[in-house]
Amino acid sequence: MAAFCVAASELLHNMKQISGFYPKASCVIRRIRTTNPRCDSQIQPRAKSTPQQLVGVVGLEIHAQINSSTKLFSGSSVRFSAPPNSLVSFFDASLPGTLPVLNRRCVEAAVMTGLALNCNINRKSLFDRKHYFYADLPAGYQITQQRQPVAVDGTLTYSLLEGKKRSQVIRKNVHIKQIQLEQDSGKSLHDDVHSQTLIDLNRAGLMELVMEPDMSCGEEAAAAVRELQLILQALGTCQGNMSEGQLRVDANVSVHRPGEPLGVRTEVKNINSVRYLARAIDYEIQRQIGILQRGGTVQNETRAYDSKSGETIPMRDKEGLQDYRFMPEPNLPPLIVYEDNASLPAGIDACQAVVVQKIKEGLPELPSIKRDRLVQTYGILPEHSFTLVNEDGLVEYFEAVLMATKKEPRKVIGWVTNELLGHLKQQDLSVSQSPISPPALAELLELQETGHISSSVAKQVFQKMWRSPGKTAAQITQEHDLGLVSDTAQLHSICQKVVDSHPDEVHAIRNGNKKVLNKLMGLVQKETKGRADPVLVRKILQEKTS
Amino acid sequence: MLGLFFLGVSLALREGRISPTELCKKCLNRIKKTQHLNAYITVTEESALKQAQQSEVRLLKGPLDGIPFAVKDNFCTKNIKTTCASKMLKDYTPPYNATVVQKLLDQGAVLMGKANLDEFAMGAGCTDGAFGPVKNPWSYAAPYREQTGAMLESDWAITGGSSGGSAAAVASLTSYLALGSDTGGSTRNPGALCGVVALKPTYGLLSRHGLIPLVNSMDVPGIMARSVNDAAIVLGILQGLDVRDSTTVPAPSPLTELPQDFDVKNICVGIPKEYHAPGLSEETLAQWSRVADLFERAGAQVKQVSLPHTQYSIVCYHVLCHAEVASNMARFDGLEYGHRSQIDSSTEVMYASTRHEGFNDVVRGRILSGNYFLLKQNYQHYFVKAQKVRRLIADDFRNVFGSGVDVLLTPTTLSDAACYQDFTQEDNRTRSAQEDVFTQPANMAGLPAVSVPTALSRRGLPIGLQLIGPALHDKKLLSVAQWIEQRVGFPSISDWDYSRERSAHIH
Repeated sequence: MAAFCVAASELLHNMKQISGFYPKASCVIRRIRTTNPRCDSQIQPRAKSTPQQLVGVVGLEIHAQINSSTKLFSGSSVRFSAPPNSLVSFFDASLPGTLPVLNRRCVEAAVMTGLALNCNINRKSLFDRKHYFYADLPAGYQITQQRQPVAVDGTLTYSLLEGKKRSQVIRKNVHIKQIQLEQDSGKSLHDDVHSQTLIDLNRAGLMELVMEPDMSCGEEAAAAVRELQLILQALGTCQGNMSEGQLRVDANVSVHRPGEPLGVRTEVKNINSVRYLARAIDYEIQRQIGILQRGGTVQNETRAYDSKSGETIPMRDKEGLQDYRFMPEPNLPPLIVYEDNASLPAGIDACQAVVVQKIKEGLPELPSIKRDRLVQTYGILPEHSFTLVNEDGLVEYFEAVLMATKKEPRKVIGWVTNELLGHLKQQDLSVSQSPISPPALAELLELQETGHISSSVAKQVFQKMWRSPGKTAAQITQEHDLGLVSDTAQLHSICQKVVDSHPDEVHAIRNGNKKVLNKLMGLVQKETKGRADPVLVRKILQEKTS
Repeated sequence: MLGLFFLGVSLALREGRISPTELCKKCLNRIKKTQHLNAYITVTEESALKQAQQSEVRLLKGPLDGIPFAVKDNFCTKNIKTTCASKMLKDYTPPYNATVVQKLLDQGAVLMGKANLDEFAMGAGCTDGAFGPVKNPWSYAAPYREQTGAMLESDWAITGGSSGGSAAAVASLTSYLALGSDTGGSTRNPGALCGVVALKPTYGLLSRHGLIPLVNSMDVPGIMARSVNDAAIVLGILQGLDVRDSTTVPAPSPLTELPQDFDVKNICVGIPKEYHAPGLSEETLAQWSRVADLFERAGAQVKQVSLPHTQYSIVCYHVLCHAEVASNMARFDGLEYGHRSQIDSSTEVMYASTRHEGFNDVVRGRILSGNYFLLKQNYQHYFVKAQKVRRLIADDFRNVFGSGVDVLLTPTTLSDAACYQDFTQEDNRTRSAQEDVFTQPANMAGLPAVSVPTALSRRGLPIGLQLIGPALHDKKLLSVAQWIEQRVGFPSISDWDYSRERSAHIH
């Protein structure tokens, strides 16, 4: 799942913990990690005396497929990976005489997204036609909202994790210029062998979000998009999967010296993951800086990101000096949304109208609020709150475990973000597919907390539970005789055997090298398969070596 | 029987004096006899007989059951070719029925065929379609032949347009009613020139779903019938909200038959002075005065009013029309449906040659100028300005109706129908500007308007007058129209058997 790789890498940077357990996973994650010295240098601007360096300026245009059962302007269904052209109404095929009918669910999704991004919701918005000839645009125009979009002037707050351990959280803002509703174009599949193009018109409705050029590098853009993904997923307005085309991100990239006017920008397209977004932007910034430093000029053009080479390459420019000849869409009256039920004019059915107040009340907990709450309520580290929120269902899992155990949240978090998440990732499973349920994990942790098993045994039990779902921690402990050995006589005899067989070590300890005691302790644990009560063992060994 | 209003025929059907199949056969026969008019692009003989048969076996369910009707060939008809009189769509068969067509079929009306038009409804003569011009039935009837001494086959008059086929179908008694479309006068203009009642309802009252658009913001399905009451009954059936057309509005009231004894005493009739325009024929002016006098004598208040922005209307109409045409025609690219050029060295080349081959000069010309008006650098100067003037024109009407005027009485056209050979001396653009001058302001303002035939000219051709009313006052408008109809004594074409007249001339 590409989405995960992205999720776990760019923002969380928790690979250190995971790698301890799963070397295989760590190498995947290390590969996709974006380390970006350029970005860091921009965050802490150089002193004024040094000549100003060229820095990147990044704005984003994001097309989000609206998660609704039917299309934006027709009643036909929307389903990912449906056979090509199986969900195409007469309107979708642009048959002559057909007319668009706006889907209320899509409007509500856009309003909800606008509210979550602190936008002003336009009480009245308008639809326009944008004209161009392209095979996957059967009407010869796209219905969009050019003049007056449904939502404007919002902010997205996202966080970067900085510092050596990625434990320093830096909050940043990007201004949302507008959110507009628009028809999706079809999908072209070019068959170069037979030199033909196949068109799939199974398209959904889109929200286009325009983010102002408030970002300066790939990492920031990636973090902003990742945060947007989480928000959209929390709202349920878009599934947000970039590899499936539900979220399509085009980056507008330019470079300049801070304080000077913005440079000539390029538009980078064909980016299908957050990780590629970061790479494409950083490549493009470097490319432009290189051109300027060589005395050249940057061309205003559209470029495509080639994920194989990691480069951006000029696209055959279908747009060029295109004039889209915008005009009002005459078949759709202005879209009116109402503030609350009281402002509904007489004769308008409240169920048919889009009412902002109602949508506001239905807003779910947003990721940033959720993270703050987790940190405050459970005393966990901010970076852990990112890990929890980034993985669908993990917060709920974590909280369910806490409900069933007296173990401190700060001790539980490691189990969830390391053991559980690590196992899930290795097998490419989602949280809901975990073979160990929250109560089962809680029971395991409870056994450890109450001194029935040692912490190293607990990890063994976890692995066994993972492999044999349905068996409880207590059952496994019993079956494999993993309970803590605290029989003093038995431990005395084992310790004696170890002391007797290691005279050199005993000698060292007696000469004052107390650290060697740990080695003996390890040998005792080895003898007992990790089940010996460590406090007791230490005490006995100390007695025998004194 | 064929010369009756459909209400009369409906009664005959119910009383069993004629069966739906017999009636259908009579009309099909008539269509064959009047083939020279070129009123139909497609005659749906087989399905018409089947529908008539179905109508016969069920109990007749309403006034339209078993009644033959024609549909302008820019309304989509399921499994029946819909060509828009263009090469582009000459083999196009839609998979669905336009809402208005479906509503008539649901009433048991029998579809006789698809009526001829100007290509994509762009014209005012019905002379610019890919399937040839439509001939005015009145130009084969005795009065015209006798008055003008027309002897030659080429001495025929145009029907007006663009719904000329629909008008000719109703006037030549091959259908009792017909659907036209009205964007700038395309229903009322041929209605007036062919001597039939032609209603353009309030914008939004009838669904445009399935009407292949000319100008979405002005298009209205039009109703053509032999009497005002017939038109009213059809309006009652077709009007109302359609979920497939977001610009439709609920019907203000159910509309059945009109009151037979409408009193005009409390009616205020406005005579807009700007409609006394250059080029208005003496005879049409005389009819205008005659009917105004009728009102006055009946106790109605008749007063001169002013619609000061009228003179700018036609220019703005053309800017807005061409802009929407440029947009609406963009879908005809040869990829999914319609004509596709053999020249396909690249997608762009195929687009260009498909569109060049598929559209006539008129359509291509409008696309070109429309795209020019929509260019970023021109948009404010042309499109936005035209929209502002459109608002002023709508305000003119609002002010007049706000001052107590109930209906406006105007000519529908400048004169009676021109002879084809004279009409085609000028290009489509010039003719459209002349012919739509009295009709398109109602489209700009979205108002209901109806053309009522009042008399035959000295040449033996019909003259019509137009009534314009406030939005959604269609019923009152029709009541006034019927009042005129009852008093002007317009003759029926069935008084002369024009088809025999014609054969006499040929031999």
